[in-house]
Amino acid sequence: MWDYSEKVQEHFYNPKNAGAVEGANGVGDVGSISCGDALRLTLKVEPETEVILDAGFQTFGCGSAIASSSALTEMIKGLTLDEALKISNQDIADYLDGLPPEKMHCSVMGREALQAAVANYRGEVWEDDHEEGALVCKCFAVDQVMIEDTIRANNLHTVEEVTNYTKAGGGCSSCHEGIENILTRVLAEKGETFVAGVAAVAKPATAKAPEVPKLGTLARIRKIETVLDSIRPALQADNGDVELVDVDGKNIYVHLTGACTGCQMAAMTLGGIQQRLIEELGEFVKVIPASKEALVSMEG
Amino acid sequence: MNTTHLEDIYLDNNATTMVDPAVFEEMKPYFCEQFGNPSSLHSFGNKVGFALKRARKQIQDLLGAEHDSEIIFTSCGTESDSTAILSALKAQPERKEIITTLVEHPAVLTLCEYLETEGYTVHKLEVDSKGRLDLDKYRSLLSDKVAVVSVMWANNESGTIFPIEEMAQLAAEQGIMFHTDAVQAVGKIPINLKDSAISMLSLSGHKLHAPKGIGVLYLRRGVRYRPLLRGGHQERGRRAGTENAPAIVGLGKACELAAEHMAFENTQVKAMRDRLEQGILAAVPNCFVTGDPDNRLPNTASIAFEYIEGEAILLLLNKVGIAASSGSACTSGSLEPSHVMRAMGIPYTAAHGTVRFSFSRYNTMAEVERVIKEVPPIVAKLRKLSPYWGENGPVENPGEAFAPVYA
Ligand SMILES: Cc1ncc(COP(=O)(O)O)c(C=O)c1O
Repeated sequence: MWDYSEKVQEHFYNPKNAGAVEGANGVGDVGSISCGDALRLTLKVEPETEVILDAGFQTFGCGSAIASSSALTEMIKGLTLDEALKISNQDIADYLDGLPPEKMHCSVMGREALQAAVANYRGEVWEDDHEEGALVCKCFAVDQVMIEDTIRANNLHTVEEVTNYTKAGGGCSSCHEGIENILTRVLAEKGETFVAGVAAVAKPATAKAPEVPKLGTLARIRKIETVLDSIRPALQADNGDVELVDVDGKNIYVHLTGACTGCQMAAMTLGGIQQRLIEELGEFVKVIPASKEALVSMEG
Repeated sequence: MNTTHLEDIYLDNNATTMVDPAVFEEMKPYFCEQFGNPSSLHSFGNKVGFALKRARKQIQDLLGAEHDSEIIFTSCGTESDSTAILSALKAQPERKEIITTLVEHPAVLTLCEYLETEGYTVHKLEVDSKGRLDLDKYRSLLSDKVAVVSVMWANNESGTIFPIEEMAQLAAEQGIMFHTDAVQAVGKIPINLKDSAISMLSLSGHKLHAPKGIGVLYLRRGVRYRPLLRGGHQERGRRAGTENAPAIVGLGKACELAAEHMAFENTQVKAMRDRLEQGILAAVPNCFVTGDPDNRLPNTASIAFEYIEGEAILLLLNKVGIAASSGSACTSGSLEPSHVMRAMGIPYTAAHGTVRFSFSRYNTMAEVERVIKEVPPIVAKLRKLSPYWGENGPVENPGEAFAPVYA
């Protein structure tokens, strides 16, 4: 089914803070029953300090929805409301060591429940600007509504433009048919017809649109190192480690050591590292395992 | 009969089945010994031709087809479905309409949705709350504009069986081609094609204890046909590409075994399914069986657990070694729950919590009893987390008590 991290599984099998908090003074109900995920967050806030004394959740949803809810309650207990509001959906996902792209909306739901509960506590009305459609691009988790809105707002006409604005379609490219269909529909609203660009066939690598990384080469490598450094403690906790071997355009070669090598988790670990690098660098990269020997031969 | 890991219980046979050890045994010589191309003359492949012929006969027998040349080997059920529908359109370019149902497998539905964008009109028959079709409505749609009717024999999610023979007869009376996706029906219920008016039928090996990657398109002699893959002379030019000999041999054996076990499937396997449903319904409040109880595959139980979500149920079942599947949106990565459950008008709060237990002849009554024991606490655990559930039952007026913002 899904590649759920250990942390997600832990929070799903043994959720923390399940149930409504007694004497709650902030309640947030968000989610969509038609989509199969909905969450009620209850907060007990100390009025003078605005510190969250207790938080509880009730969730109708899948494994990652329940895990995200549990994680959220753990993260916000003891924080002030203002501190808690700084938590982004990415923070929730990070706390869980990542979520599959199809499941990122579960962390979004957690963040929205928090905003709704705080608004409720403060006597405000929470306006949700949430709209969500079917996931189109799985590499970068971009949904249909997002693509439609971006096409309308920026008057886009080609798949390439959609990729530049939303990242959708910038990875494996298997969603290009879907993006073309969205373009056809949205352009038809304005009475225009979608014309597939000259690039109906993939251009040879040499003639590719200049693929200038957003960062300079050195800055980019430093950034990659920083990301790897931030992942390292988690790997070391499992007696493993990761080392940067080489960077060649989109391909980032890393060397996994210790408990990480050869074990079943290697693929998952690599996937997680790749996900983090994609997020941090803002571009699609591929993380490829490389051994020390390979490094030698590559340099030689 | 159980040769898999003793403790884990596999109840996901509508998704795919274990290759029967006897099937595997039959296949073995065709990898490293008789690996030659069946079209070659030399000794590495001279037995293959005979083996394929025998397999064709075994499949013909299970389907009750009149001629063995009506069997065309394909790579899977999906290919058979696509070939059948596209062939009917190509062979009758003046006919621009298709009749199908709302509850077909994506192998048919997604293709039909694509064909709509190509200018075809697709009529999707609705179903009632038990998943049954309205035959009067069906009759009213039959006309000389219809190129093909494509209706599944049995539904993969609910197990509901459609009156295929009757529907094929009605189509034939008006000179309309009739295709059925029988991927879930073949091997589970008796089929006799020679006495029917069915023009084309799809089946898939991996649903009846043959390997994955082998399928069949049955094509009645005389039905106009246009191949999907053109090339070599294989399958009499109707499906080019070197035959997947080991898989074909395996499918032949699997069909022979299915015929032998047909009575067992409809008595013993059915008894296990019935006991499971009865046991779970007696122990768990607020759940119900979906589909048509009077017309169902003997092996399929589809149970909707209200106020909880299917993927969460599956994860907890998996933890105790029980494999089942769900029509929930979350297991598929889509945002909508199963189109089959929605077509039957099952509310969202139940549709997301639908779990399918599908049996095979390898299951045992002891396994059923263990599942009946494991399910109630899992459902109770998740309901404890649910905003729709109170102390001992659903909260009063669940729709109002919990109405999240962007519902
Ligand atoms: C009713 C039905 N049709 C078609 C298919 C597709 O078969 P295959 O996986 O062999 O392409 C399936 C299997 O999932 C099915 O249940």
